Amino acid sequence: MKRKTTYYYELFWIIPSLLLPIGMLATLLFTSYGADVHLPGAEGRVDPAKLDSTPPFDNPGVVQVGPSRYEVRMVGEIWSFNPSEIHLPAGSEVTFVATSRDVVHGLFIPRTNVNVMVLPGQIARATARFDKPGTYLFICHEYCGAGHHTMAGQIIVDAADNGDRGGK
Amino acid sequence: MATIAKLPTVVELRNEYAVTKAYLLVGFVALSGGVAMGLLQGLENAGIDLYPNLAPVVQSYYHGLTMHGVLNVLVWTTFFISGFLPFITVQALRTPLASRSLTWGTFWLMLAGLVLAAIPLVGDAASVLYTFYPPMQAHWAFYVGLTLVVVATWLVTLNLALTYRAWRKDHPAQRTPLAAFMSLVTFAMWTIASVGIAAEMLFLLIPWSLGLMQGTDALLARVLFWFTGHPIVYFWVLAAYVSWYTLVPRQGGGKLFSDPMARVAFILFLVLSTPIGFHHQFTDPGIEEEWKFVHSFLTFAVFFPSLMTFFNIVASLENGARARGGRGWVLWFFKMPWGDPSFAAQVLAMLTFTFGGIGGLINASANVDLIVHNTAWISGHLHLTAGTAVTLTFMGITYWLVPVLWKRALWSRRMALAQAWLWAAGMLIFSFALHTLGLMGMPRRTSMSAVTYALPEWQRYLPLIAIGGAILFISALLYFLNMVLTMVASKEPAPAMPEFAEAVSGPEDAPALLDRWPIWLTVAAVLILFAYGPSLYSLLRTTPLNNPGMRVW
Ligand code: HEM
Ligand SMILES: [Cu+2]
Ligand SMILES: [Cu+2]
Repeated sequence: MKRKTTYYYELFWIIPSLLLPIGMLATLLFTSYGADVHLPGAEGRVDPAKLDSTPPFDNPGVVQVGPSRYEVRMVGEIWSFNPSEIHLPAGSEVTFVATSRDVVHGLFIPRTNVNVMVLPGQIARATARFDKPGTYLFICHEYCGAGHHTMAGQIIVDAADNGDRGGK
Repeated sequence: MATIAKLPTVVELRNEYAVTKAYLLVGFVALSGGVAMGLLQGLENAGIDLYPNLAPVVQSYYHGLTMHGVLNVLVWTTFFISGFLPFITVQALRTPLASRSLTWGTFWLMLAGLVLAAIPLVGDAASVLYTFYPPMQAHWAFYVGLTLVVVATWLVTLNLALTYRAWRKDHPAQRTPLAAFMSLVTFAMWTIASVGIAAEMLFLLIPWSLGLMQGTDALLARVLFWFTGHPIVYFWVLAAYVSWYTLVPRQGGGKLFSDPMARVAFILFLVLSTPIGFHHQFTDPGIEEEWKFVHSFLTFAVFFPSLMTFFNIVASLENGARARGGRGWVLWFFKMPWGDPSFAAQVLAMLTFTFGGIGGLINASANVDLIVHNTAWISGHLHLTAGTAVTLTFMGITYWLVPVLWKRALWSRRMALAQAWLWAAGMLIFSFALHTLGLMGMPRRTSMSAVTYALPEWQRYLPLIAIGGAILFISALLYFLNMVLTMVASKEPAPAMPEFAEAVSGPEDAPALLDRWPIWLTVAAVLILFAYGPSLYSLLRTTPLNNPGMRVW
């Protein structure tokens, strides 16, 4: 093979290979800022030894924060979530605010964008919409000790919402 | 170019042969323990729970899983590479290693570290998985032992650097031979990258596990861990690339397509491997999203040298196949020497890696990662990469390396060929199941037969993990049988070591700039400072170090 040919072959491959990462970056920025799919960011610290006296973790549970908008304040500890059963009306937009009392846990709700590590000392935040009624599973998806495989909970999304809880 | 330097004789390299054997033997012991645990996990996932019968030896799924991770990806890889790359380097430079006492001191230090870490590991006092995220706390000996292993790898780097310097003195104008260049880049990259894990061990985990520090910081520890935890993957993969670039083309009957392009790819790996660790922490709270995007972009960037590698290697394989009479766009593929197990195993590893690479690109897309992070998808991915691209390549290398070192022919070519194909086939089934289950929301690192929340749709795929895993295990048995028989029972004399491939476009075309180490090391350091500096600084400034350790298993 002549050296020149080698050179062209190389270029023929190199240029698309360079375009690929740039294209991927563009897609990433587009989905993030255009379609609003976000990653967990820096939300602040909390002392894991003082959760029982630090709002909002002193009072775990579901709180309505606006029309069809809820916040779930959640504490993970070996080997359970508090709260472990959550009821919501269909069409809710829910922000999970979570931290850990002990070791590293995770909070994962399959088929949603909630996939976040729950670390002692850090406040984690993730948001999802629940439009379809049904039961959703939330799972601790980081190894957290001997009972890790028992650490999960349920979100029950109810269909019709007769009481006006701020829905549209 | 025409100067034909004489290979150093076996007698001159007696020391290098012996130490490489020692590293390989330890690696084999680790890998055999690792795959035995793998089989148990595969069976357990499908509902065949053997752990109760193994209680004194393997206490639980998670005890076994910790051994699986540590033995396979920390011990087998590290020992193999620490034996193989120095061996290749001395062959390429045609000179022995700089210091005999350093060579052996390094091996014994690495082994001592391994033994120290293995005591709590085997004794269920360190069942924290191979990522050992605090505040879950292992016995201090686990941390100290692993740290000694890391320090020993730095001594390998030192020995290689001294050897290179001695060679350079005698060859001031010559381009570094490709295999030596690549081995040096690999160890240089690793040495920079391993600073993270060393800092985590020395400043956080060791004093904390010894009770000298009350608390630690879960997030800071994870940042330091992944500083090393991603580039460690390149440490393994680059070692495989050394074989793919410098030996496999000739094993395939051809030449390396482009030597300069190979060097450029390696320099890019040196520069880009480390500043991308946040892509393992996309879902961690406490790190700004913007910095995660920076790491995401650099992760895409490191895909560029991977694509260059893909192109260069495929072109080299094609070159060999055409020289053997291959024709057509695709048909040449079948003209390759598929009967040579060393070659076949490595080409199968490359094919698997193509899938792994595509999956990796998916994982690196920050927002797609929200779907797959910490699901079984990730286990599927890492068995294609570490478990096959790397491990099957290393197996392929040992099909010539063990005969050369032990001076006996490979016991059975047929068995070796069957082994390689079985590994690839088993892996296809195994990783297909894990990828699918991951998309269905099945978490990784979870004892599936004890899980309290299994979704019905998972049940169809779980048996495939056991079937694929069993095929992999049979393949591993064939492998070890062949290795042991080669070492102790083979009567035929060993064939010669495969020779390094020549290049179509040779080293004389490579810019001399590529041999200028200070420049590239500086660029690497600057990029790391940029990508990690601000986040690390703010973490260090604000950490209260208040997570007490606990044993939760
Ligand atoms: C007989 C062959 C093998 C089988 C059957 C096997 C099986 C498994 C299974 C089922 C898991 C998932 C465990 C879980 O997430 O709960 C796993 C994890 C893993 N495997 Fe393998 N494996 C094998 C070989 C290998 C090899 C050769 C490597 C690398 C050199 C490897 C590296 C890993 C790693 C790093 C993990 C993740 C461990 C963790 O999450 O802490 N495996 N393996
Ligand atoms: Cu947990
Ligand atoms: Cu868990």
